[in-house]
Amino acid sequence: MSIDRRQFLAVGGAVVASAALAPGMRLIELAQARSPDQAVSNLQRWGMLVDTTRCSEGCSACVTACNKENGLEQDIRLDIRPQWIRKVTLRDENTGYVQTLPMMCQHCEEPPCADVCPTGASFRRADGIVLVDRHICIGCRYCMMACPYKARSFVHENLTDQRAEIPRGKGTVEACNLCVHRVDEGRIPACVEACNADGGKALAFGDINDPASDIAKRLATQQSAEIRADLDLNTGVRYQGL
Amino acid sequence: MAINNHKKLVLGAWIAAIVVIAAFFAAAYALSGGPATPVPSPLTGVYPGKGKKCVAPVAVMRRYHMQFLLHQRDLTVHEGVRTKRFLLTNCVDCHADPKTHSVLGKHGFCASCHAYAAVQIDCFSCHSPHPERVTTAFADDLAPQHSRLAEMVKATAITQIQSDPVDGSQ
Repeated sequence: MSIDRRQFLAVGGAVVASAALAPGMRLIELAQARSPDQAVSNLQRWGMLVDTTRCSEGCSACVTACNKENGLEQDIRLDIRPQWIRKVTLRDENTGYVQTLPMMCQHCEEPPCADVCPTGASFRRADGIVLVDRHICIGCRYCMMACPYKARSFVHENLTDQRAEIPRGKGTVEACNLCVHRVDEGRIPACVEACNADGGKALAFGDINDPASDIAKRLATQQSAEIRADLDLNTGVRYQGL
Repeated sequence: MAINNHKKLVLGAWIAAIVVIAAFFAAAYALSGGPATPVPSPLTGVYPGKGKKCVAPVAVMRRYHMQFLLHQRDLTVHEGVRTKRFLLTNCVDCHADPKTHSVLGKHGFCASCHAYAAVQIDCFSCHSPHPERVTTAFADDLAPQHSRLAEMVKATAITQIQSDPVDGSQ
């Protein structure tokens, strides 16, 4: 069997095209699946987009999922029970229009909590996730006072039955960590998963530095806002419909 | 004759001394309640771990496990590195006693040795002393999503264990 000139060119073109495509595809794959021994880098910035028009008043799927995922359902007095995400209800006094939104650590690019931390326990990871290193947290709670979003909690009591992946303990400050243990595995935070499964699909999560990601495309084409944008913190969590 | 008498006296004294010493040991044996017990060891009754061998030679682990853990903890918290080899959860998964599902308690892998050496450990006021599958009430929910990465991490950990000689420099 012989191939004529036209067939040869077609096959040759396909080979060249796939060779040209392959490196690009590999780059995307590498950018998304970090191997466990690789450090996080600032090439990525994890962010969340909240569509408040889809967030309904009676729903608290995100809060429940967060509590379950991070083992926050402990037998602790309600007034001091740590809370990583909460539902906030806003009411326009003039019109009576009510809307709700989930409020948690906004994962600022310039986090005030990290600014005031005397030990360096509050820090921003290279990929934008703001964390507390509990090993060096002394429980002074300056960060809780500095946070404009009231996003952090202090653990007042001894804890038992923590989840193996989520070490937590008395005398340290904690907050939403964007489910860092899941993100490091290539999964999405528990609240986002729950909102998409049981809630109003109001939450989206992704790499806002990757122009190909859904969240970056939405941020580029749709209106969104930071809460307390006047503080110029460049938050990783942004809201729509406020 | 005098010499003979003297010899008899010495012999008598020896016999008396042997009888007294024998009586002393017999009494000590009776009081101690049977055969001599071995020197107490922190490893008595401790479950050694479900793996065939540790992530580093036993002598190295005994001397340097805390350095490994401290190094790993900073890498994990600050840089997101989650290699399994020196991850505390990996230690707990392997060394937790199958009966108590814990590394603490009287014969717990961590607790028994630390009690023996009188070194207090704070790790488990925050970290779980139980393997994840025991603490997680919803482990079944997580399992399917976990599997792909868990396999990947497992493969990495195993190849590392096989290929990296540990010299304590980490």
